[in-house]
Amino acid sequence: MIVKLENIFKVYGEAGTDTSVPALNDVSLTVDEGEYVAIMGPSGSGKSTLMNVIGCLDKPTSGSYFFEDKDVLKLNDRRMSDLRLHSIGFVFQSFYLMNEENAIENVALPLSYAGVSKKEREKRAIEALTKVGLADRVKFRPDQLSGGQKQRVAIARAIVNNPKVLLADEPTGALDQKSGAAIMELFQKLNDEGTTIIMITHDSGIASHAKKTYRIVDGKLYHGLEEADNEENN
Amino acid sequence: MFENIRLAFRGIWTHKLRSFLTMLGIIIGIAAIIAIVSTIEGTNQRIKENLIGSGSNTVDIQLYQNDWPYEMGYNGAPYGAPQVSDDVLAEIRQITEVKAASRYANRQIYSGVYYQNNSMSGGYVKGVEQDYFSTANLTVKEGRLFTEKEADAFTKVCVVDEAIVEGLLQNEDAIGKILEIGGDSYTIVGVVRTRSTFEPVINNLSDYETYKQDESGSIYIPLSDWPISYSYDEPENVLVKATSTDDMTAAGKKTADILNAYIHPTDDTIKYQSKDLLEQAQQLQQLSSSTNSMLIWIAAISLLVGGIGVMNIMLVSVTERTAEIGLKKAIGARKSKIMWQFLTEAAVLTSMGGVLGVASGIGLAQIISIMSGTPVAISWPAAIVAVVFSMIIGVVFGILPSHQAANLNPIDALRTN
Repeated sequence: MIVKLENIFKVYGEAGTDTSVPALNDVSLTVDEGEYVAIMGPSGSGKSTLMNVIGCLDKPTSGSYFFEDKDVLKLNDRRMSDLRLHSIGFVFQSFYLMNEENAIENVALPLSYAGVSKKEREKRAIEALTKVGLADRVKFRPDQLSGGQKQRVAIARAIVNNPKVLLADEPTGALDQKSGAAIMELFQKLNDEGTTIIMITHDSGIASHAKKTYRIVDGKLYHGLEEADNEENN
Repeated sequence: MFENIRLAFRGIWTHKLRSFLTMLGIIIGIAAIIAIVSTIEGTNQRIKENLIGSGSNTVDIQLYQNDWPYEMGYNGAPYGAPQVSDDVLAEIRQITEVKAASRYANRQIYSGVYYQNNSMSGGYVKGVEQDYFSTANLTVKEGRLFTEKEADAFTKVCVVDEAIVEGLLQNEDAIGKILEIGGDSYTIVGVVRTRSTFEPVINNLSDYETYKQDESGSIYIPLSDWPISYSYDEPENVLVKATSTDDMTAAGKKTADILNAYIHPTDDTIKYQSKDLLEQAQQLQQLSSSTNSMLIWIAAISLLVGGIGVMNIMLVSVTERTAEIGLKKAIGARKSKIMWQFLTEAAVLTSMGGVLGVASGIGLAQIISIMSGTPVAISWPAAIVAVVFSMIIGVVFGILPSHQAANLNPIDALRTN
């Protein structure tokens, strides 16, 4: 088990007042090693908040969160940074690549924070880019790449540090159908090779690629698709 | 660190115009300071060269009445001031700051010295001993110096300097010519060189007195001949050579103290004083530095304004690069990494401004030099200090923007896009 959330609440605004909004309402979630999990939900459902909590970017208001054996709620800012650096790979909808840097430099960025030597950084960046199918584009800058290729660079950056979890937030949101499908294929391949993937999306077509699906509605997390439908029907 | 510097250069290059405008305040401030400092240094060096000459380190200790050299020809030997004895001279030579010392009699000439029909006016006749020439750094240009034998035998020989050859002798060949000094005929045996490249800046009457002798020239006769042409019992002056330029003041003061201990004039305004050229040089230097230090303060204010400009642009840049900072924090950059990245960028930016400032300052100084004729000496220590100082400005004024960048919340930062 890599990620273990128990009874997570995240409340924005001052707790107990009228202005307080529970973005996460009693969420419990366990992700084991090698799993491929999708969390689906419409905008405003709390899925971004959940992603931030899982990604150790934000701390929940209450509940418990263990990443492997680490109690995330007890980590300070610096330890959280280190945990993100070494154990979590992020893929975002809008790629967030450095436009002045070429693919290798973009991919090598987390390695430089990890104190890897320049030579080793380059070697590992090229390996990661090869893995995502961009071996022939390593010197290209983001503005010389297509959307799908940019997302591949972002994925290479996410996996270059060999993270425990790949956390993807709408990875195909900015891509056309074909490129999106190719990214899904890549995810499948990475998962087959043993990478644990947690993907957050509003698209059920994309979510269907995952082996396990959760649905989040108004801050509540449901397993599978049916439960949420029932809830909504009620 | 190298990675940060590389990133900083790339960032600066990507926004060339903006970076240049950001640096402009620093460039102008540093350029102004370098130009001013170069001009001060140049002026100081010229003052020093002019007043002290190139490394002769000599100090004249003369008998003064109030603030003016005692006029021996006009007043006669002052009562109570004996001649400088061998013992006193030996005592002076014991002073640690004194390398050599020689006594000499001195008379400013308004009349009574002739070459054929030419009369000399304004120069000096000096009665000197053999060691005077080495003490005064006078070197033989033509002929020879007079010998001890000649001096002991009261031979009427003399040595003149180049100014005499040019003036009194009208550039005629000097050796063997006869000069009439105080009614007696002296044969010129040698010509000595006047001190090199001497272009005194005359600021007041006292400076004029100081340099007049160098302009009109001096005639050197053996001290033993002095009573023949002039009078007995005249108290001599002493010329000392200090061990170094910095010791000139001490050497002069101590020599004057010893000499004053042996005289008991009835007129107590008569005493030995050292004509310390270094002291005068320092006074002139202080004068030029104090006027220019005002300018340095003004330039420093421009640096401050430049620093604030850098801070302002950095703050804008942080806001602009929110997504980049958010991404970096999300993928695991510690606060300190972000902080360093922006501090480095600010420091690289202002250091570049400093280097460009030094370059334009040197150019500016040359232009000032050409236009106003003031000499310029580029001070490399000042240039290095200027670049280091601009780097410090970058760090100081980069702290606030870097702090702001480091403390961005990655969630908010990524949401803005």
